Amino acid sequence: MGQYLVRRVLTTIPTLLAISFVIFIVLDLAPGDPTSALPETIRPEIRQQIRKAMGLDAPLHVKYALWLRQFFINEPLALLEQAFGLQIGDSENRLRVTSWGSRGTPVMDIILERVPQTLWVVGMAYVVAIVIAIPVGVLSAVRQYSIFDQVGTFLSLIGYSIPTFFTGLLMILLFSVNLKWFPMIYDTNLKVVDWESFVQQIKQSIMPVAVLGFFQAAALARFTRSSMLDNIPMDYVRTATAKGFREQYVVIRHILRNSLIPVVTLIALGIPTIFSGAIITEQIFRVNGLGALLIGAIQINDIPLVQTVTFIFAFLIVVFNLVADAIYGVLDPRIRYN
Amino acid sequence: MTGRYSSISWIALLVVLAFMLAACPTAQPAMPASDGDEAASAESSAAEAMPAAETAADEEKVLTILYWQAASLPGPYLSGGTKDQDAGAITLEPLANYDPDGVMVPKLAVEIPTIENGGVAEDLMSITWTLREGLLWSDGSDVTAEDVVFTWQYCTHEETGCTSSEAFLGITSVEALDDLTIQITFDAPTPYPYNAFVGAGTPIISSAQFADCVGATAQTCNEQNTGPLGTGPYRITDFKVNDVVVYERNPFYHGDTPYFDQVIFKGGGDAASAARAVLETGEADYAWNLQVEPDILREMEEAGLGKVISAFGGNVERILVNQTNPDSTLGDNRSEYMDGSNSHPFLTFTPIPQAMSMAIDRGLIAEQLYGFAGKPICNVIPAPSHYASTANDSCLTQDIDAANALLDENGVLDTDGDGIREYNGMPLQVSYQTSTNSVRQKTQALIRQWWSQIGIETELINHDAGVFFGGDPNSPDTYQKFYTDIQMYTTGPSIDPQQHLSNWVCSQIPMRENIWAGGNIFRGCSEEYDELFAQLTQTPVGPDREALVKQLNDINVQNFYQLPLVNRGRVSAQANTLNGIQLSGGWDSELWNIAEWHR
Repeated sequence: MGQYLVRRVLTTIPTLLAISFVIFIVLDLAPGDPTSALPETIRPEIRQQIRKAMGLDAPLHVKYALWLRQFFINEPLALLEQAFGLQIGDSENRLRVTSWGSRGTPVMDIILERVPQTLWVVGMAYVVAIVIAIPVGVLSAVRQYSIFDQVGTFLSLIGYSIPTFFTGLLMILLFSVNLKWFPMIYDTNLKVVDWESFVQQIKQSIMPVAVLGFFQAAALARFTRSSMLDNIPMDYVRTATAKGFREQYVVIRHILRNSLIPVVTLIALGIPTIFSGAIITEQIFRVNGLGALLIGAIQINDIPLVQTVTFIFAFLIVVFNLVADAIYGVLDPRIRYN
Repeated sequence: MTGRYSSISWIALLVVLAFMLAACPTAQPAMPASDGDEAASAESSAAEAMPAAETAADEEKVLTILYWQAASLPGPYLSGGTKDQDAGAITLEPLANYDPDGVMVPKLAVEIPTIENGGVAEDLMSITWTLREGLLWSDGSDVTAEDVVFTWQYCTHEETGCTSSEAFLGITSVEALDDLTIQITFDAPTPYPYNAFVGAGTPIISSAQFADCVGATAQTCNEQNTGPLGTGPYRITDFKVNDVVVYERNPFYHGDTPYFDQVIFKGGGDAASAARAVLETGEADYAWNLQVEPDILREMEEAGLGKVISAFGGNVERILVNQTNPDSTLGDNRSEYMDGSNSHPFLTFTPIPQAMSMAIDRGLIAEQLYGFAGKPICNVIPAPSHYASTANDSCLTQDIDAANALLDENGVLDTDGDGIREYNGMPLQVSYQTSTNSVRQKTQALIRQWWSQIGIETELINHDAGVFFGGDPNSPDTYQKFYTDIQMYTTGPSIDPQQHLSNWVCSQIPMRENIWAGGNIFRGCSEEYDELFAQLTQTPVGPDREALVKQLNDINVQNFYQLPLVNRGRVSAQANTLNGIQLSGGWDSELWNIAEWHR
């Protein structure tokens, strides 16, 4: 196992380099220009000056090498310095990846500012989805073709097939405009200091969490159900039942545990999506998380920001794939990597 | 054994949970609770039972402004978006602002310099501004004439990459004559000397704060860029990039104490939901730039919480008529002026574009497609009103019959019976490009239909705005290259039309040699225009200047180089409780008089 993991970790390095190169090339070749968001009245020569100030006129390989150095050496050092208040080397003159849209602001600082919002809203939705989906999936499988199963299947199909921008708007119209229960604007300045502000935080999180949670729960519930159904007819289940265990015990201790192996893997694989944020949902509710950040950056052609955010997503996907494989090996004794 | 595995799976789940929850305590940085009415109503019920000290805090007056594009930086110098300029305008001030009619209102200056009061030199070579006495920055330090000088140096430094440097073109020096007096000297007689330091595009910044941020280092001054000191009614307390800006009352403000305790400038989302937040839920007090279908806005307005307001400036959605030949068989010579030897095969024959103009129902486009944001227009210089010509107003009525008659009279006939007229044997088929945008595509479709009624066939093309306006010299799809017969977009003059009019002289024609730089996009050259424009550059503000501007406008419109369609305004929404808004017609920030906003 240990040797296997080391080998896997080592292979991620060329993978990540290749990904970073592809992201860099694609964005560099993409049409568009950061000055196109500026007013049309700005003269071409002034646009040229601005491009130059952003370092846009350098050749591709120079830009790529610079970005690699900034991203893999300068950024981690800067983060270490910030975290521990250290000073490592000549940090004053070390160039960091900075945003074009908001010039001078290090991209990483912007991202770190956004991560909490995304973790809270999207992460919460994920937790809610798991908490709802697993019991629903289990019950649906155990009572297959019962009314509960039918309703559950129906709802998960709806949840899975209706896009979040639709459910989001529907909820805003219902709960914000008509009933006026919840705010439609997510207040990123809200600081939870007492009970009242906590209630407010919950109130403003309910709609985005519900929209996202519903969507994710639908998929997970379906997956849990089919995984359970695979296990129910197995011989070991019949053996357990024949030993005279109660049904509840058999379901939870025997069937569920085995059925959860692929589900847990799926959950681990889904964690990067928490970070990538739910781009659309964040946009609808003005939750300024990573998804909204990415969209905003794309709109104004803020290439360094887009590059960094996309690369971080790619990195997380690679890492959590690795984690999923490792968890799989831990949970399922039949699987041995060596 | 089963026990071990179950505990491992639970640990795995718990780790995931803990991982998510661990980040939550840090999730809500900075600033006390403040979400417009939501917070106010939640707290007012609790307030009754509370002691007086608490109540005062509860009645905090908060103004929530919603921009669906979030500010990247507060201030216009490093980030050219309106959102950035407006986020800056709440705290940064210029020497003077423009009111909705385009009249200057002194802010940091004592008065507006003119030739009459001696502030503008007779030879138009310099202008002298005087600052108010006792001005302070929001940290309590003194504002001096040096700050104005510094602002000029900061923005004009080549490596700063300043997005407002246009306003400083033609200035040779800015000097502080004493602590309160600034003299700006020009390299040539400048009839309109107010471009620099008037309006939200060129506010004054603190020389003490930005001293180390000039030139290339401007990019690294993160702290200064996101928290500039200002002289305005409010000052920044928190800035989150591309998200929200929070301001508090500036205790050092030179004017009357502003009404609000806190201003929140929230960004993100989309225009329709921004409108909804003001008009239907009342969560915000003001929403900017509502590019929303007019019917939807009218419906939202019926909720009775707020109203839609609009103001019109110089922006005109117009059709440009290519005066050169864009035929793709010409290769590199497509749309090249080539000293007039490559003129368009039929669009330079005036009756044809004239008929095309007559066939358009501008009123319908404005009302149906632009709603609150548009009114039909026949001039390329539509405002300020004293510069607007009245000679072309007949274009407001569509007349397809007259257009057909005009073409018939001039021998532009459909000789082969295919429904398309020919000119010199050349069928009138035009390609018509614009940027991808639903209103523009609907406009294209309407116009194609009208033109088909006068025997002109139209091919519609649209390009992504980033490409079309991107100016990439390697792309064939930019508006500068203009590889079609017709194209459509919006542009317009600023408060003084000279700069805008300067685009249309012969020497400004974009071509290969100048890498398609130059503003004479339609590639039309008129000697009369060039002569009158030369006169304009020597004529000071006054009736003569107004007459010249009208003449230049008329030459352009009556040669049918451009067919003005719709004067595009700004549409915003405000809560009914909010007073004091004077929506500027595009000359200045919408928030130019935010000091006077109150409930």
